[in-house]
Amino acid sequence: MKQLVCIGCPKGCNLTVDEENDYAVSGNSCEVGARYGKEELTNPTRVITTTVRLKNSSYLHQLPVKSSKPISKSLMFQIMEYLKDVEVSVPIDMSEIIVENILDTSVDIVACREVKN
Amino acid sequence: MYDVIIIGAGIIGSSVAYYLSQYDIKVAILEASNDVSNGTSKANSGIIHAGYDPKENSLMAKFNVEGAKITKEICRKLDVPYNQCGALVVGYNDEDINTINTLYKRGLNNGVENIEIIDREKLIELEPQINPQAKCALYCKDSAIVSPWELTYALAETAVKNGVKLFLENEVTCIEKCEETFVVTTKKDKYQARYIVNAAGIYADKVNEMIGKKQFTIIPVKGDYYLLDKSESSKVHHTIFQCPDKDGKGVLVSITVDGNVIVGPDAKVVEKIDTSTTSSSLDFVKRKAYKTISTLDFSENIRNFAGIRAKSDRDDFIIEESKDVKNFFNIAGIASPGLSSALAIGKYYLDWLMEKETFQKKEHYIDTRKKIRVRELSVQQKDELIKKNPLYGRIICRCETVTEGEIVDSMTSIIPAVSLDGVKRRTNAQMGRCQGGFCSEKIALLLMKYHNLSYKDILQDDVGSNILLSRAKEK
Amino acid sequence: MYDLIVIGAGPAGLAAALKANQLGLKKILIVERDNQLGGILNQCIHNGFGLHYFHQELTGPEFAYRLIEKLKDTDIETLTDTMVLDFDNNHNVTIINSSGCKILQTKAIILAMGCRERARGAIATAGTRNSGVFTAGTAQRYMNIDGYSVGKNVVILGSGDIGLIMARRMSLEGSKVLACVEINPYSAGLKRNIKQCLEDFNIPLYLSHTVTNIKGENGRVSEVTIAQVDEKYNPIESTSKTIKCDTLLLSIGLIPENELSKKAGIIIDKKTKGAIVYENMETSISGIFACGNVCHVHDLADNVVYEAELAAKSAVNYINNLYLSNDSIEVEYDNNLSYVLPQHIHKQITEKFVTLSFRVKKNFKNCKIEVKDEDGKVLTESKRDYLIPSEMAKIVLLTSLLNDVKGKIHVSIVEEIA
Repeated sequence: MKQLVCIGCPKGCNLTVDEENDYAVSGNSCEVGARYGKEELTNPTRVITTTVRLKNSSYLHQLPVKSSKPISKSLMFQIMEYLKDVEVSVPIDMSEIIVENILDTSVDIVACREVKN
Repeated sequence: MYDVIIIGAGIIGSSVAYYLSQYDIKVAILEASNDVSNGTSKANSGIIHAGYDPKENSLMAKFNVEGAKITKEICRKLDVPYNQCGALVVGYNDEDINTINTLYKRGLNNGVENIEIIDREKLIELEPQINPQAKCALYCKDSAIVSPWELTYALAETAVKNGVKLFLENEVTCIEKCEETFVVTTKKDKYQARYIVNAAGIYADKVNEMIGKKQFTIIPVKGDYYLLDKSESSKVHHTIFQCPDKDGKGVLVSITVDGNVIVGPDAKVVEKIDTSTTSSSLDFVKRKAYKTISTLDFSENIRNFAGIRAKSDRDDFIIEESKDVKNFFNIAGIASPGLSSALAIGKYYLDWLMEKETFQKKEHYIDTRKKIRVRELSVQQKDELIKKNPLYGRIICRCETVTEGEIVDSMTSIIPAVSLDGVKRRTNAQMGRCQGGFCSEKIALLLMKYHNLSYKDILQDDVGSNILLSRAKEK
Repeated sequence: MYDLIVIGAGPAGLAAALKANQLGLKKILIVERDNQLGGILNQCIHNGFGLHYFHQELTGPEFAYRLIEKLKDTDIETLTDTMVLDFDNNHNVTIINSSGCKILQTKAIILAMGCRERARGAIATAGTRNSGVFTAGTAQRYMNIDGYSVGKNVVILGSGDIGLIMARRMSLEGSKVLACVEINPYSAGLKRNIKQCLEDFNIPLYLSHTVTNIKGENGRVSEVTIAQVDEKYNPIESTSKTIKCDTLLLSIGLIPENELSKKAGIIIDKKTKGAIVYENMETSISGIFACGNVCHVHDLADNVVYEAELAAKSAVNYINNLYLSNDSIEVEYDNNLSYVLPQHIHKQITEKFVTLSFRVKKNFKNCKIEVKDEDGKVLTESKRDYLIPSEMAKIVLLTSLLNDVKGKIHVSIVEEIA
């Protein structure tokens, strides 16, 4: 049995996960918790949010970006390393793909802000 | 080759420079820090005492009473915030009443005008929130408050405008004398002059001993302060002192020229020069302040700081030519009432010099200074100003209502601000309740823009106080 | 003459203006001091926003974008880079920007100025005045908007959400976060942030600890001293230890920014530090409403939006001359609660429900919230598995229950045995 705090939403349910019983989750209030409890003990994932350098904008030097889906936690720092070399220019559309299929994860890095100028 | 080199650009050095700059005298100021007013002059109570405190016939009494009178006039001329708010020395017991009587007599002997002893009723009328246990007070109407750094800037700026050369980041390391000429070596360069003024504040003994025999020792005395939000200003209307007791001189509670409430200082002799506050001192100051105004709300504190008073082992100011080095003039041990005395001391040095030499008064002397303070203007005046320069419509510091125009003014003035604190002292931006939480970043970007600096060069205050350590995404 | 001026274009201001527009109000102006709409959301690049309101997990800028996009389809006016200097009880609003300074008139005002961070002075931490002490939000802006990092070896004082978020952010960007120090025996931030911002990065959380001294060297912070505190929050000297670092981030709480409100004469609650409001978010000056963090500090932007929509609805009613008499019920609470909002409920209330928002002072498990009338009669009660100070909680009250209440209602927490 493992105790976890669910990070699925701000509620932060206290989960109990039974590793012996196919990672059955109790203490969750919704589906997200059931999924998170199992994943966290088998292949923990996180949505990565960070920025990449932005050129030519009149008001912003960093473009906020995120992974389009949760990504293996163990890859976090590799992805950060990769994004150090990424630089984009205006205009940027909301949700525009900044890096496609980053590190062959089949997850994209997408823009979280529209920057027209 | 200069006529006079002044070591130190605090209030004393700047005052000397201001007076000398009225004459055709070649003057240089050498300052260790990257800005004027960066030592004791920026961290004190900001009080212009009327002069009832110093002992009769002391230099302190003489220069304080004289200085206080000149300060009012010069603040008006040079656009320095000055408020003759009056001072109260409050008594709670018989011993205090004796002290107050002594101070009253001393005030009269020193030539202080407009002092009286008031009863409890009058005291409560003047300060309704005063601790109800108060019995009486010495009331001195002529006591005033100033912005100590702004006074220093005003004097230094006026001096520079009139030809005085200011060399910042020039810590003096060596002084030699070749016949009648002094050679002063700093960390950056060498300078020569016929006269030296030692106004090095807490380092004055060391500077003296670079060339002469030991004549005095500076005893640094640290004092911690609280600066409370303007929200507390309704509780305090004067500078309120306590009588000395077994714990020492007592702390003051005063309004400031910006409308905050200042509380402090304690007095701790320190071994080395260190402006850290300590929790024991802060607790002491807080506890003592309640004795004056028991309703003060310290959760409204916006900043703590410590200042170091440069006391000396003599019981008075040291304002004299060195006993063993001719033309080397020490102005040392200028602890309280140093700020009140500064202008009289500057004037005194000029008179001393004029007895030895003949200099011509400058024909085109600039003795005015005007600053734009948008917050002080009416809606219509603001509008007119913005029509001329739109930067005066862009508020950068929301707490103190300071515009980009004023910040640019500070960075392009005759002694330009080169750090966040330099901008703060010149404009009030970052001095309010959020303490730069919102605007320091905007000011940092302006410093980069107007001084063409890299992010690495943005300083909080003096050299070494860098703000930004790396670029995000740096390899 | 405007119908409505909204001060602030963060989530509260944007949502309030949109709702008022949706309800048919014509002349609406939003005044924003930053050069962009969106407020502090723009620098909150992390996710976790919008789960309630947009039913989707969004980052701060995405949350703002959704509101800003809606604005484009309306005739709501916006002024950015514009500061409100003043407003008064006659609804005159003085604004300043690079084209001038003028006084605007409006029928109603919605205050949505948000909050500011408590700075070092608020807790009077002793030590040097060197550089390297920042509020977490300032460091966040440097990092996420400008792209600069304020430090390499970082200690965080306070476990507020911004501090936790910055612990993760700086770790990801290559800084070493050495400790998060919290004076209370519980965290001030959301549980999920303890997990994903501290535990994920092996950052130790010191509960019941504080920073007692800050030391500097050559102008920059060089070490901090931390110590455990006793029940009265006094540091225990024998537990002191030092941590070498170049940066101290402060995440020690937020204060609603009400200097303009105070100047206008609006009555402020000493606990929330925001305006005292009625259930419709009206302040003590009629026609002036408040919502979001300027009123009380929220944990979730979603809740800010709901509150803003309520304020907008009330402002529209006010403009349409649906005045409510000031006759009201006072809301009191027991010592387990740090505050309850609203502080007053109009007797003439037309809504079916009143929502009371509150925070508790300490952790509760298996407890009950009771709302009683002045005679001690329970009007409503609600069981909760837990209540914690870092999470704002709510209890909904049927308006009809208030019919017989004369002057006051009382909110209390009852601890129960499981």
